[in-house]
Amino acid sequence: MSANDQMNSKIKKVTKHISQNEGLIFERSSAGKAAYKLAPLDVPEVDAAKLLGASLRDGLGNMPEVSEFEIIRHFTRLSTWNYAIDLGMYPLGSCTMKYNARVNEVVVRMDGLASAHPYLPESVAQGALRVMKDLSDALIEITGMDAITLQPAAGAHGEMTGMMLVRAYFDAKGEKRNKVLIPDSAHGTNPATAAMCGYQVENLKSNSKGMVDIESLAAQMNEDVAALMLTNPNTLGVFEEEIHKIADLMHQKGGLLYMDGANMNALVGKARPGDFGVDVMHLNLHKTFSTPHGGGGPGSGPVAIKKHLELFLPTPVIARKKDGNLGFDYARPKSIGRVKAFYGNFGMHVRALAYILANGPDGLRQTTEDAVLNANYIRKKLEDVYDLPFKSPSMHEVVLSHRLQAVNGVKTGDIAKRLIDYGFHPYTTAFPMIVADHGAIMIEPTESEPKEELDLFIDAMRNIAEEAETNPEIILNAPHNARVQRMDEVTANRKPVLRWKPEAGKAAAD
Amino acid sequence: MRYLPKSPADREEMLREIGAPNIDELFSHIPAEYRFKRDLNVPRQMAESEIIDYFKQRSEEMAAGFGIMLGAGSYYHYRPVIIDSLISRGEFFTAYTPYQAEISQGTLQAVFEFQSMICELTGMEVANASLYDGSTGVAEGVMMAVRLTGRSETVIARSVHPEYREVLTTYAQHQSMPIREVAFGENGRVDAKALDAAITDKTACVVIQSPNFFGTIEDVATIAEIAHKKGALLIVSIAEALSLGIVKPPTEADIVTMEAQSFGVPLGFGGPYVGVIATREKFVRQIPGRLVGQTVDKQGKRGFVLTLSTREQHIRREKATSNICTNQGLVALMATIYMTIYGREGMKELAKQNLAKAAYASGEFAKKAKVLFGGAPRFNEFVVQTSEDSKAINERLLDQKIIGGLPLKKFYPELGNAALWCCTELVSREQIDRAAKAVQK
Repeated sequence: MSANDQMNSKIKKVTKHISQNEGLIFERSSAGKAAYKLAPLDVPEVDAAKLLGASLRDGLGNMPEVSEFEIIRHFTRLSTWNYAIDLGMYPLGSCTMKYNARVNEVVVRMDGLASAHPYLPESVAQGALRVMKDLSDALIEITGMDAITLQPAAGAHGEMTGMMLVRAYFDAKGEKRNKVLIPDSAHGTNPATAAMCGYQVENLKSNSKGMVDIESLAAQMNEDVAALMLTNPNTLGVFEEEIHKIADLMHQKGGLLYMDGANMNALVGKARPGDFGVDVMHLNLHKTFSTPHGGGGPGSGPVAIKKHLELFLPTPVIARKKDGNLGFDYARPKSIGRVKAFYGNFGMHVRALAYILANGPDGLRQTTEDAVLNANYIRKKLEDVYDLPFKSPSMHEVVLSHRLQAVNGVKTGDIAKRLIDYGFHPYTTAFPMIVADHGAIMIEPTESEPKEELDLFIDAMRNIAEEAETNPEIILNAPHNARVQRMDEVTANRKPVLRWKPEAGKAAAD
Repeated sequence: MRYLPKSPADREEMLREIGAPNIDELFSHIPAEYRFKRDLNVPRQMAESEIIDYFKQRSEEMAAGFGIMLGAGSYYHYRPVIIDSLISRGEFFTAYTPYQAEISQGTLQAVFEFQSMICELTGMEVANASLYDGSTGVAEGVMMAVRLTGRSETVIARSVHPEYREVLTTYAQHQSMPIREVAFGENGRVDAKALDAAITDKTACVVIQSPNFFGTIEDVATIAEIAHKKGALLIVSIAEALSLGIVKPPTEADIVTMEAQSFGVPLGFGGPYVGVIATREKFVRQIPGRLVGQTVDKQGKRGFVLTLSTREQHIRREKATSNICTNQGLVALMATIYMTIYGREGMKELAKQNLAKAAYASGEFAKKAKVLFGGAPRFNEFVVQTSEDSKAINERLLDQKIIGGLPLKKFYPELGNAALWCCTELVSREQIDRAAKAVQK
């Protein structure tokens, strides 16, 4: 067996295949090619120079000129260089990469919805308003909260909205609270958001089980603290077993409990944040409710709240008008204001509602159960070869560490890169930071994986653990089978090239 | 449930392997009082055909097929079919954010092309991978200017989209960033004298929109001079991206924020759209959001990575330039494909068609009513003042399957019965004539 064969002998999920090369679109451009044909103008031509005067543009520089078929080939080739949930498991912890149903894509393109201008008179916008209302009702029921806004465009945007609601609540009561508590296991957006809302961030340490340390919380909670930003289940995939004590501690001192709903896929149909004391929370429709991640968005981050925060919701809110029609209510003097033009990422609302309708109460519950089943199955099959730093019961994700492999110089980032050779997208490595040495291996399979795919993943992870003992080099230099090898990120940072320019482009193509 | 790939036997076997007697065992650590014991009160599981029916009904309650003469930050342009063909590839729309460069080169290269084309069109030196939309783009631009100048105040033109200004107010309220508004003059442009008077040595930035909310193109060079003279940065917001096909880009600005919905993104009842922020190279380390950079791999092969990430929340936490994380990836891809389709010549021709439609329409309306803000150039929008309430005109037009202009009373009561009309290439001469006819003398 050659070295190369040996390196690949245990890989079952993938085989190398031909991958097309493709330059930048600018490198295909030449004057006179076109991918468009405009309909003839049915009004008189105008003299643009005369109409615009000094504001007339002098040419469009290096914008490309290519034909339609070249565009199809260009972007099709690029697409084949991506990994995608359609190709296989995406074990990214905290990202909930699940199946994006095709019917969602069909209904969102229905003409009445797709071509709806946001300022349509309400009399011809009832369909869109009904979608938003039905989704709102479903999400309120799922979370056990009292009211909701669909306006925020993503999770971090929802966090900002939620924390502004917290702030407005205390401002209205005339209470000056300047601190927010955030567990050390939290996602990076939490502290960044609290800072944007004018709060000082105070770190809250976790106990040995990876949960909020109740004694620390009791010691740190006082009248200066506005809220605790809690993710539940937390980023270790662990349900805060003492959630009732946490909520009580917050409420006794007049504080609010904010829940980051990033991990809601572990709870839908099984437990409701509104029932366990949460005052305000955001959801990620692009996680729990299956709207596609799109290579980095668009997302949608609705914020659900309890009654005492309702007055402060962003404007407008959906309301039933006297004539029975749905409409937008703008007259909300205590509102925090708008967080976005128009009404949010409506296209994501359509998809999320389609997902809920396809599932129904039984499907939603089964989905959660399968997600938790999958994570626990992976945990069981890997805990003898990877360190499990926190032994608390796992819900929808499991966090391992690289402790056993690090003795051979193999770190979590390296194992992740070797997974690429095995045909998988890496798991999350960047956090939670409370895993010692930052060596987290954070795996969230979601409900979308069949047992066969899980077994292939387990097999790959076990093989890599073995390689760490016998041939760490193979891991340290991975990936070997991707289109490109590890990138020179240092140069990218030091001398950023962030756009194509004719000269630089030529040099790079040579 | 048809999306779930497991048989009952699979589930049994997996539970056995785990050593759990049943699925409830895996939820037993949730305190009993918080375990949800009934069915969720949501509609029962539907067949695909039923889901289609539900949304077909919703779609029919809308205004499909109507002529749309509304703009105001959301523009009805033709969307070439290949945009949806390409973005519907699972490798694009079911991929995650491209943190793992080796298996995300497709997305990364497309974003690099997006950034390059945005720079080309806006006249800026660097552009990011996207923000949520044009409104939050203004807020992010202002926060960036505050970081860059160490000053805290903002002066914003009242002719910036009212909802963009509302969003800025929301973002700024807890960050000690006072905002002052400056009026527009007779010609609809920013009142330069009032602007000059409003800027102080605490002003971090001046924000204008061009074409502004009334469709009027601002004198960017003059405003830049006024701002720069006092050490403030100039932020130019663009809501109608297609204007860049024929209107001189705001090269005098320090930061350009843009809503790129016009580039192939459906109206979609207001979202998802795609925001852009572009600036000068020297400011790049304060730009919010994701950036893609070109580099090489270990073997010297060209490739792309997410870069300068020390600005971002996952590294800097509370000291990040923004809390932004997931943004508008797939919508930016739509815009990239659109910009590629129309390219260097098509965008100019298309923009010129918009110019011609609006010029014709404003001429027709002027025969019946007062078209405001005559003294300055405009792109594809214009403001018509009528004796009658503009809502009444729109009611009559609905019967003819035309969506009339946006009544401005809510945002600008001082303009009386005024409405903001828009004519893109998709509005026909016949629709324009019918709309003008509906306006009573």
